[in-house]
Amino acid sequence: MIAGSVFDFGTFISELRRTYPFFLEAGLVTIQLTIASVLIGTVIGVIFALLKLSPLKIFRIIAGTYITIIRGTPLIVQIFALFYGFSQIIMLSAFWSAALALAVHNSAYIAEIFRGAIQSIDKGQTEAGRSLGMSGVMTMRRIVMPQAMRRAVPPLGNQFIIGLKDSSLAAFVAVDELFRTAQGIAAGTLNTMETFIIVGIYYLLLVMIFTVIVNAVEQRMAKSEK
Amino acid sequence: MKEMIRVEKLNKSFGDLHVLKDIDLTVNESDVLCLVGASGSGKSTLLRCLNFLEIRDNGKIIFDGEEIDPKTHNLNQVRQKVGMVFQHFNLFPHKTVLENVIEAPLMVKKTNKVTAVKEGKELLEKVGLADKFDVYPSKLSGGQKQRVAIARALAMKPDIMLFDEPTSALDPELVGEVLETMKDLAKEGMTMIIVTHEMGFAKEVADYTVYMHDGKIVERGLSKDLFNNPKEERTKEFLSKVL
Repeated sequence: MIAGSVFDFGTFISELRRTYPFFLEAGLVTIQLTIASVLIGTVIGVIFALLKLSPLKIFRIIAGTYITIIRGTPLIVQIFALFYGFSQIIMLSAFWSAALALAVHNSAYIAEIFRGAIQSIDKGQTEAGRSLGMSGVMTMRRIVMPQAMRRAVPPLGNQFIIGLKDSSLAAFVAVDELFRTAQGIAAGTLNTMETFIIVGIYYLLLVMIFTVIVNAVEQRMAKSEK
Repeated sequence: MKEMIRVEKLNKSFGDLHVLKDIDLTVNESDVLCLVGASGSGKSTLLRCLNFLEIRDNGKIIFDGEEIDPKTHNLNQVRQKVGMVFQHFNLFPHKTVLENVIEAPLMVKKTNKVTAVKEGKELLEKVGLADKFDVYPSKLSGGQKQRVAIARALAMKPDIMLFDEPTSALDPELVGEVLETMKDLAKEGMTMIIVTHEMGFAKEVADYTVYMHDGKIVERGLSKDLFNNPKEERTKEFLSKVL
């Protein structure tokens, strides 16, 4: 590498124009990876949040253990375990092993978000539901959960943004998402700094689009209560 | 006179705190009974035991001639017959006024929607809020919220209504409208048990008043007797402070 050319603006612009078709394609994979992992992670997360709030101790222990293990181990370890480990038993594509690992990883945090949101709903809401003759499950489903969901939107949005950025780790099991594409281009052209700044910009754009969507959802939910 | 609810030797503790001590109480159909007493005397806990939001430690609760045991009875069915109005209204903020009222009839009783809406609107009319059916609770005043809460409880067509300090969280100028609504209910013959600090209301509307102190019933009687000629020293002392 020639000294003094760590970053060259001319190269940056020309690389930006040359590489955008690759990054658009890879960006699509990143979006799919994020949406799949966030959706699956939310479903698992809600289940574990409810288990953690269960009156049955065994359920609480199971949920607590799950959350402790998942939050206490690195995402990359989980991705490798699923890709190299489980793939021997069930054949999982690189995309799905990464998506599932991301989903499981996110689910532990999402479970805690929902647990907090459910617990933040005034006890009087449950009592009002029960006093009308509704069962505990029905009260949870009809009265508490809809309110908890609203309260969970801001922290969930935050978690989704973390999930979007974390999806870059899928590069290490050869999913052709944004980061792996950047690695490939940088290795080929040796325009390392320019390429990684470019991919950073793509992530930033995705996060900003995501933030706009989350804010819109938040405002819409606030509106429906007025 | 038909007996609606009877309580025998009811005891309830929270940890070391013995909140209700050997409570005996009978309420007949169409009776209006007020529970009065200082904060912490156990009156709210007693009320909450009656619809099993708190489960008694021992003693009997006999509802409509049948002893209710939380272990064997389906409490959800019992609670359908026992309406409850809370101090802090506890309206469902994510539902409109009408949706609050028809939620339980639709979901619990499986009433069809047309009937539920029709009955719900009639109830809102009755509490003077027919024009508010489509707004969310956050847009209502405290007094309006409490009247919606009353309509919501009535929508299940309960045999008895429990009121837990229904006006304590209201601004003074809004107390009257809620008490008026309750008075109308009493006139229609609804059986009511009311925990209240509104002595004027107890004296005027309640057939009977019970004075509780320190987890025990100190004195019970016709409201006019209890307020005009209290027998127990403690009752006299309490009334002299609050009247």
